[in-house]
Amino acid sequence: MGFWQGYRLRLRRRRLLWRSFRSRRALTALADRTSALDPDSILLFSTLRNERNRLPWFLDYYRRLGVRHFLMVDNGSTDGTADYLVTQPDVSVWHTDASYRAARFGMDWIGWLQIRYGHGRWCLVVDADEFLVYPFCDTRPLAALTEWLDTGGQRSFPAMLLDMYPKGPLEMQPCRPGQNPFEVAGWFDPGNYTAVRNERFGNLWIQGGPRARVFFSDAPERAPALNKIPLVKWNRRYAYVASTHMLLPRGLNLVYDEWGGERSSGCLLHAKFLNDFPARAAEESRRREHYQDGAEYRAYADRTASATDLSCRWSERYQNWRQLEILGLMSTGGWT
Amino acid sequence: MTATLGIVMLCHTALDRAAQLARHWADAGCPVVIHVDRRVATKDMNALRLAVADHSAIGFGKRFVCDWGTWSLVAATQSAAEQLLRDHPGVRHVCLVSGMCLPLRPVAELIAYLEAHPRTDFIESVTTADVGWTVGGLNIERFTLRFPFSWRKRRRLFDRYVALQRRLGLRRRIPDGVEPHLGSQWWCLTRETLSAILQAPDRARIDRYFRRVWIPDESYFQSLARRYSTGLESRSLTLSKFDPQGRPFVFYDDHLELLGRSDCYLARKVWPRAERLFATYLAPPPWPGQRLSPHPGRVDRQFSRAVERRLRGRSGLYMQSRFPRPDRENGKTAAPYSVFHGFTDLFEDFEGWLSRSTAARVHGHLFAPDRVAFAGGERFFHGALSDSVDLRDYNPRAFLTSLIWNARGDRQVFQFSPRDSQACNGFIGQDTNAHVWAITGTWAIPLMNQSGGFGAIRAEAARLQRIETRHLAILRSAQVKAQVRIWSLGEFLENPVEVLQAILDETAPRRPRGLGEVPAMRPLDGLAQFLQDLRNQGMQPTLVGDLPDAPAKGSARRHRSVAG
Repeated sequence: MGFWQGYRLRLRRRRLLWRSFRSRRALTALADRTSALDPDSILLFSTLRNERNRLPWFLDYYRRLGVRHFLMVDNGSTDGTADYLVTQPDVSVWHTDASYRAARFGMDWIGWLQIRYGHGRWCLVVDADEFLVYPFCDTRPLAALTEWLDTGGQRSFPAMLLDMYPKGPLEMQPCRPGQNPFEVAGWFDPGNYTAVRNERFGNLWIQGGPRARVFFSDAPERAPALNKIPLVKWNRRYAYVASTHMLLPRGLNLVYDEWGGERSSGCLLHAKFLNDFPARAAEESRRREHYQDGAEYRAYADRTASATDLSCRWSERYQNWRQLEILGLMSTGGWT
Repeated sequence: MTATLGIVMLCHTALDRAAQLARHWADAGCPVVIHVDRRVATKDMNALRLAVADHSAIGFGKRFVCDWGTWSLVAATQSAAEQLLRDHPGVRHVCLVSGMCLPLRPVAELIAYLEAHPRTDFIESVTTADVGWTVGGLNIERFTLRFPFSWRKRRRLFDRYVALQRRLGLRRRIPDGVEPHLGSQWWCLTRETLSAILQAPDRARIDRYFRRVWIPDESYFQSLARRYSTGLESRSLTLSKFDPQGRPFVFYDDHLELLGRSDCYLARKVWPRAERLFATYLAPPPWPGQRLSPHPGRVDRQFSRAVERRLRGRSGLYMQSRFPRPDRENGKTAAPYSVFHGFTDLFEDFEGWLSRSTAARVHGHLFAPDRVAFAGGERFFHGALSDSVDLRDYNPRAFLTSLIWNARGDRQVFQFSPRDSQACNGFIGQDTNAHVWAITGTWAIPLMNQSGGFGAIRAEAARLQRIETRHLAILRSAQVKAQVRIWSLGEFLENPVEVLQAILDETAPRRPRGLGEVPAMRPLDGLAQFLQDLRNQGMQPTLVGDLPDAPAKGSARRHRSVAG
């Protein structure tokens, strides 16, 4: 990478930080419990909208992994999401009615909170429908992973987005509020992913899975990116570039081994394709507040009822992280 | 009662665990001297003192600021060991542990074991020529170069200074009486050996030398024990494993059963929050820990597997944390597979014959322009691969590697022709797992029966020949790694049965010899005439070869001589 390109990336990063800094005014604290943070706390950041039904299980899931504090931005929910969050003892909530899209899909707000509270701590940035699975997550808390990464001098940890879906039509299988979504959407594509290196940012660009297979089989280049780096030992000078797909400085994106070995990685189980997805798709394609104007929601809405079944004969039922490891979707790397 | 075993414990973090461990040793009668890094805050230090205050057998050594891989660790050990030997004359063996070393067996058992070996020093001590585990490739140079810069903090300076010394040929003299040995930092020495080391008349000189050796905590006692020991057993009583970067593996709760299989007395390093491990192994007697028959091989295997995974990875896997550069893949694909080039044009139902004769998964033309022809005409295949041409052509290489990876354990076979997408030809040619069987020129067979204007057919023939020629250039290049066998149609027709037999032998090696069934060949009448027509139209078919007993024999021979 030449000096000039490096300098441009640096400018870009500073612009992103400046955007985050400016967006602080859009946030109003509803409950600020950040004074309880200690330096070793693992923090979780999330922007959400109308996720009241998913939240109880979401919070429990990450509490069990050892997340100590949740910093949430509520983007104009109308279903009582904010009221629910305010009652939780380990959650700090900010409210905003500003445009999700204008705030880089919420990343400006998260960026500001990370600048303020994330510095020097391990930060997990996920959506309310993303559930982190990492090696040994059934027996070791998140702190075991972050300490191991710390001793190796590794600052970021990748977790590919793994789209989960039910067997059969989406609408047919309701998910109750507070229910484990993967009891319903328990299936995934085990091996139809593609990766290319993004020379500019140094990250891998991964696509595939059920969305490419069903919604984008005639335009695969438009299929959504699945590569994510959600867990980072944060520094106030870091910035996410596009969602959590990649970061600056670009060294944080080098989470893969290039010499034949494997580094450790996890998966983000994506509980997006549940019975409420058709309704969401209709709403979001109208709101146009999402990436590419919600192209994937429209792709879904356009297909109407004919493609509501995402499963196929080779879909696999999720069991545990070891299964994903054996399938090669994630890796223990050198951790054992 | 004071036991004959004394403990020197080095610690700098997780002091609550250190206190717990010290009390565990002291409860069993072992005197303990704790060295705490001087950088530890006074508040934490006081808490530790308080936690062990009721034990007279627990003392604190002089505090040093300790950095990884520096002399300070040896100095701290020396001083604490001197104190232990001085204050507890009943001690016969001294064991060096850390605040994260967990005893895997009851302390009484360790004491009994050491009393049964009163003159034996347990210290891993290997000559520099024989160690394979050093990080950074420094063995004997640890002893002959100078290391003023920190490896952890000033890596570049460290490396450059080493390179400079190598270039200038600068060397330090190793003092008399020191035979360089390396080994695990955690040892158990007899009072005699340890005293001899600490009270050596030339200790000042030796210490001065070791101050500038790299990682002296892995070489000081290891080298000097060789000098004084009367019965040295070169192994550590502490189970300690290192990853490729030289950091110790950490033991967690889920290692409980594995640790039970170890034949070591101690394990390092244990995660301070591994509640179950501490609860199990530090439980007061009678010891409830599981009695498992020792199986050190299994312990070693688990950790060497992790090293292997980190360094070499799984062949043929491309994913978010393994994306090797070209030629660094350790195998471009996960398993052997076969490509049959041009066979389906010559034989009717070649796939059917092959799948009946072998156990392999026989696909059609996976790279066909209209549809991915999975075996059995399925819409999806292993891993939920789709038959969509757009998805395949978006990243053909990922399609191929995923297919082989997903179906590993199951021999994959597919058909190929110049009509298919040629995007993977270079990759397949470079892949040692690929077995390519090619008959060239068979694309002429379907063309000859095609209706339509001859001009279009001739143009198509020229196009296919061009594509096939390019493909052959790849398969015949000197760099090719695939197993490639190529016949022209003419050569193949001379002895087709032999080739078919070879195919079966290789694709299904365990089946009995002999062809049960031979695939039906398509009629070739008129092929020679078709080729002649092409020639008459000004195209030179170079890849069909010399057709046997063709009516226009003379012209075919002439063509061959032209083709050279």
